[in-house]
Amino acid sequence: MATLSGEAWRVNPEVAAAVPGPALPHVAIRPARGWTGLNLGELWQYRELLLFLIWRDIKVRYKQTALGAAWAILQPVFSMVVFSLFFGRLAKVPSDGIPYPVFAYCALLPWQLFAHALAESSNSVVANERLITKVYFPRLVIPIAGVLAGLVDFAIAFSVLIFLMLRYGIVPTWTIATLPLFVLLAILTALAIGLWLSALNVQYRDVRYTVGFLTQIWLFLSPVAYPSSLVPERWRPVYGLNPMAGVVEGFRWALVGKSPPPGAMLAVSVGMVLLLLVGGLFYFRRMENSFADVI
Amino acid sequence: MSDLAIRCEGIAKQYCIGQRESYRALRDTVTDAVTAPFRRVRAAFQGGNGRPANGTPTIWALEDISFEVRQGEVLGIIGRNGAGKSTLLKILSRITWPTRGSADIYGRVGSLLEVGTGFHPELTGRENVYLNGAILGMRKSEIARKFDEIVAFSEVEKFIDTPVKHFSSGMYVRLAFSVAAHLDAQVLLVDEVLAVGDLRFWSKCMNKVRSLNQQGVTILLVTHSMWQVQTACRRAICLEHGKIRYDGKPTDAIGYYEGLLKTTGQQDPASGSARDEASMASAGAESIVDFRVQPLGEWSREGNPLSDSGMRIAFSAKLQPRSAVKLLIRVTSPTGLPYFSVLSDPVCADMNGSIHCESCIQKLMLMPGQYLLFAALCSVEDSRNMLTAESIPFEVEGPGYTNEALFWNQVDWKIRDAMETGGRA
Repeated sequence: MATLSGEAWRVNPEVAAAVPGPALPHVAIRPARGWTGLNLGELWQYRELLLFLIWRDIKVRYKQTALGAAWAILQPVFSMVVFSLFFGRLAKVPSDGIPYPVFAYCALLPWQLFAHALAESSNSVVANERLITKVYFPRLVIPIAGVLAGLVDFAIAFSVLIFLMLRYGIVPTWTIATLPLFVLLAILTALAIGLWLSALNVQYRDVRYTVGFLTQIWLFLSPVAYPSSLVPERWRPVYGLNPMAGVVEGFRWALVGKSPPPGAMLAVSVGMVLLLLVGGLFYFRRMENSFADVI
Repeated sequence: MSDLAIRCEGIAKQYCIGQRESYRALRDTVTDAVTAPFRRVRAAFQGGNGRPANGTPTIWALEDISFEVRQGEVLGIIGRNGAGKSTLLKILSRITWPTRGSADIYGRVGSLLEVGTGFHPELTGRENVYLNGAILGMRKSEIARKFDEIVAFSEVEKFIDTPVKHFSSGMYVRLAFSVAAHLDAQVLLVDEVLAVGDLRFWSKCMNKVRSLNQQGVTILLVTHSMWQVQTACRRAICLEHGKIRYDGKPTDAIGYYEGLLKTTGQQDPASGSARDEASMASAGAESIVDFRVQPLGEWSREGNPLSDSGMRIAFSAKLQPRSAVKLLIRVTSPTGLPYFSVLSDPVCADMNGSIHCESCIQKLMLMPGQYLLFAALCSVEDSRNMLTAESIPFEVEGPGYTNEALFWNQVDWKIRDAMETGGRA
């Protein structure tokens, strides 16, 4: 509404007075100095954004691919078939008394979850450049969303495992109740590494080329195609320094329950993940100050 | 001090030149890391403080920026490209951090550095409204509540369930602006985003911003459009080389800004209509050699007519001998928005190819404000094909309010059966 007083752009005194001064949220902007706190409280405030970003990633992936959700099944199933043929049949790799296809698939599930989550999260910050240079929000939301979006694929691929277990007549024991913990551990492993790589990727695009190579090598360093029982007993805690060793063996133990519980190796893996994760969180927070300037 | 919305104190921002253009290869950092201790030792002996010693050239994008904005104020920030406007807004939006200084903002901040940030082409309009709203900091329930309002404002109801990749750019921008306009912010930081869409939607956006302001929202507006500064702001800051050069009345800030443009001969990209049109002119010997404005009637001072005074416009042109052209006079807003054009009948140049023209506008009937005057030669067949001379800026002075209207006119009132005011006390 135009006012005839001519000063249409003016402070409406009633409204201005109605805004209570001290109750206003206060944003303090200070120069960034080195290491900062994690500010997880703010991350919690932005949880809806996190959900929206996960939802966007999933929705877009399924809209843009012709096979959609089928990809989530095709990849682990094909790997399982190839592994069963070459490692199980031809190379006669031992499988702790579990039918090799189930043995391999149990490991491929967390492995695929990890590999996809790692690839997504390490590229996430660069891929969301537009958001980072135009809007403020806790940057941690981005790699976390990248990791969590992989859970849908995991759930879909999991249905194949149920089918396989029925086919081979394997009945899970009480240990299956621990499965969510191992899913969490796989997620945290991917996040821990993803945090480091996504922050590094902003400054050094070399990271993009490293990730594919890294996961390839890592696959053979993890007991996916072979059981960790091949590793001598006394070296197993050292083997556990590879967090995926603990995750993969834990998965098998939780699902089939035939292989021995991972024990010391798992403990080392958990410790390693926590170390990498906390380090990654702080490193990411330190680097994020310069994201918008460097990206 | 409770009515303070933004306070900046000594904000400065340093950038390393080159960092933005080339990503550092890991190799460089490794070499750096290896040689750094030696350099640091050397720097210590030379009395350097370590940091600038590694020789990275730096620039100060902002230096010592201090200002305060009261609640409900609309502050325009103008300046040439690279003056630091966007950097300032990025710092206030917490996208980047200042190197020195501090800022405090009181109230929920909404920043619109771009229209449609986070819009994904594969998602439908509806999905993008939710996504974009979440990115801008709205809660899901809040978006759901305002959804119908947002869609109605954007005028894309019919296509709301179509992926936005099938949208026209106008529809895209309208939807994106609508989401942003419904952000429940108390302090709104806006960068250029209003320079979008067609004129009708543009004025709708301006009205929206204006109504937000009337609800008490504080607005910081970075813009190239002098027209916006003039109509929307009550105060403006002119930045140049990262420093505040002028802080005060919008018209004065604009004047200062235009002075800057003149001294370096750089044209404001937003008022580029003159240049665009000039480039359309046929390449030839045509040129406008002289272009002058003289007062007609009473002017307040040099270059500043009054609302009801006139002007005499004289210009001379050089053409091909005996070639025919039309002459055009046009008055535009500082951003190049045309207010009126007057086109002559076709005229023929003499044997020497020169034309002298003098035209008189008896009464400008323009509201007080800043205008640009253009003189042009147009081809007889298509008057859009024109050659313009450099524009002449002028400022109409006098009582009256630019916010109210573009034109002034003389009206003879004939009112019957009216009572005198105060007669029915």
